[in-house]
Amino acid sequence: MKELLILGAGTSGTMMANHLKRELSDDEWNISIVDQEEIHYYQPGFLFLPFDTYKPKHVKKSIDKFIPTGVKLIREKIERIDKENDTVILKNDTKLKYDILIIATGTDIAPQEIEGMLCDNWQKNIFDFYTFDGAKKLRNKLREWEGGKLVVHIAEMPIKCPVAPLEFAFLADSYFLDKKMRDKVEITYVTPMSGAFTKPVATKELSYLLDQKNINIVADFNIERVDSENNKIIDYGGEEVEYDLLVTVPTNMGDEMIERSGFGDELNYVPTNKTTLQTKVKENIFAIGDATNIPASKAGSVAHFESEVLTENILRFIKGEDLKEEFDGHANCFIETGHGKALLIDFNYTQEPVKGTFPFSHIGPLSLLKETHMNHMGKLAFRWVYWNMLIKGRHIPFISNAMSEDGKEIEKK
Amino acid sequence: MSELNVELDQEGYLKNLNEWTKDIGETIASQESIEMTDHHWKVVDYLQEQERNEVALSIRKVGKSGVVTIKEFYSLFPKGPLKTSSKIAGIPKPKSCI
Repeated sequence: MKELLILGAGTSGTMMANHLKRELSDDEWNISIVDQEEIHYYQPGFLFLPFDTYKPKHVKKSIDKFIPTGVKLIREKIERIDKENDTVILKNDTKLKYDILIIATGTDIAPQEIEGMLCDNWQKNIFDFYTFDGAKKLRNKLREWEGGKLVVHIAEMPIKCPVAPLEFAFLADSYFLDKKMRDKVEITYVTPMSGAFTKPVATKELSYLLDQKNINIVADFNIERVDSENNKIIDYGGEEVEYDLLVTVPTNMGDEMIERSGFGDELNYVPTNKTTLQTKVKENIFAIGDATNIPASKAGSVAHFESEVLTENILRFIKGEDLKEEFDGHANCFIETGHGKALLIDFNYTQEPVKGTFPFSHIGPLSLLKETHMNHMGKLAFRWVYWNMLIKGRHIPFISNAMSEDGKEIEKK
Repeated sequence: MSELNVELDQEGYLKNLNEWTKDIGETIASQESIEMTDHHWKVVDYLQEQERNEVALSIRKVGKSGVVTIKEFYSLFPKGPLKTSSKIAGIPKPKSCI
């Protein structure tokens, strides 16, 4: 028997377990998946938790519920990968030999990377919403907060779901309006990028949103430290932004196991071929989702499209065939803009988000780069799609892993 | 920048790194009020090398490059150093997904 080992039972790892269980022969392959966690979180839901739109029960289910029968789930912490000996060593010293390894250990927040962030005021007036715990505690804070300076902040790129902090700012505007206290809240969006929008078409089409929602922008802000005594963040250039409530997206980093294994970049992401998803570490090691260093967005939709390409490439690798250089960086994301509306963007490595209809040309029913109620319904419906189709590795009808140009208003060069 | 005879995007970034020359870098730098020194050029070399290897750049990565510390990076290219140095190096502006 041969061994296929998956590290991480989050969105990517679970999808791969489901795909490969269907594709690989039970007589030839054992499939195992390692994860120390008990709970599988619906991470897009963390955006809605602080505003009481989703309840905790909407975003958590047991991990094993989604691991297919016949795939062995090993609940243990991963110590490191010994690539020379094709072995993964677990915390309890168990050694797992593999023929093929898939790294799907994702990314997590690392607030300790920013001086002063993990201080006495962490989760008192400094919060993250990228973890279940952080989002829930922020919800409790918002329920009782009486207003002041709300600063929504990105520490550094890359981060998981790059639009989430902007969505947070939009939803905060909506939330405080509904609570009849918008006049008591000043919302400032602080980003290390050159603006809230960085791509030409999105900048042209969407910049009105910030004025409309009265959100201040501080751009090109690379945080050096948090001064929690004086409630301000300070950047390397000496610029300061004061806050009463800081909602930050701290530095995001890959799993420390990657560092212990002796590979990974300065943020512990795995060097990976951006079209084949084979790592540059060793030919029998593949990587998917947030764990890779590829220049695609760190998002569940990206992982979903990657999983279809990676499944095919693993089958090709087993047969000794050339890998398909097929992954194009396709991402498809809803962006909540508040007041029951949302945008939809569909793009890849080379095509920036543009206007149009999705998934059907001229028909929609979803609209690209335009605020509609239908898009918001799509975002809400996506939770069902996630639990029932996406992580089970089922193909989502009419949406191919390669981005389609149909329905998009692409300017011809 | 017609006198340099290279194609720029709307924000003044080179569309094709292969068309970059040191003179072009010098001209863009002077428009940004930056007087180039050896240290500036070392940073530019590093950025171009990363771009050719398709590595996404960040302030952290530049700070860990051994070429420049983050503080030095700020003093060489004040206010938005990655943005300004990218423009001078002829590589695209750092972008997010929208």
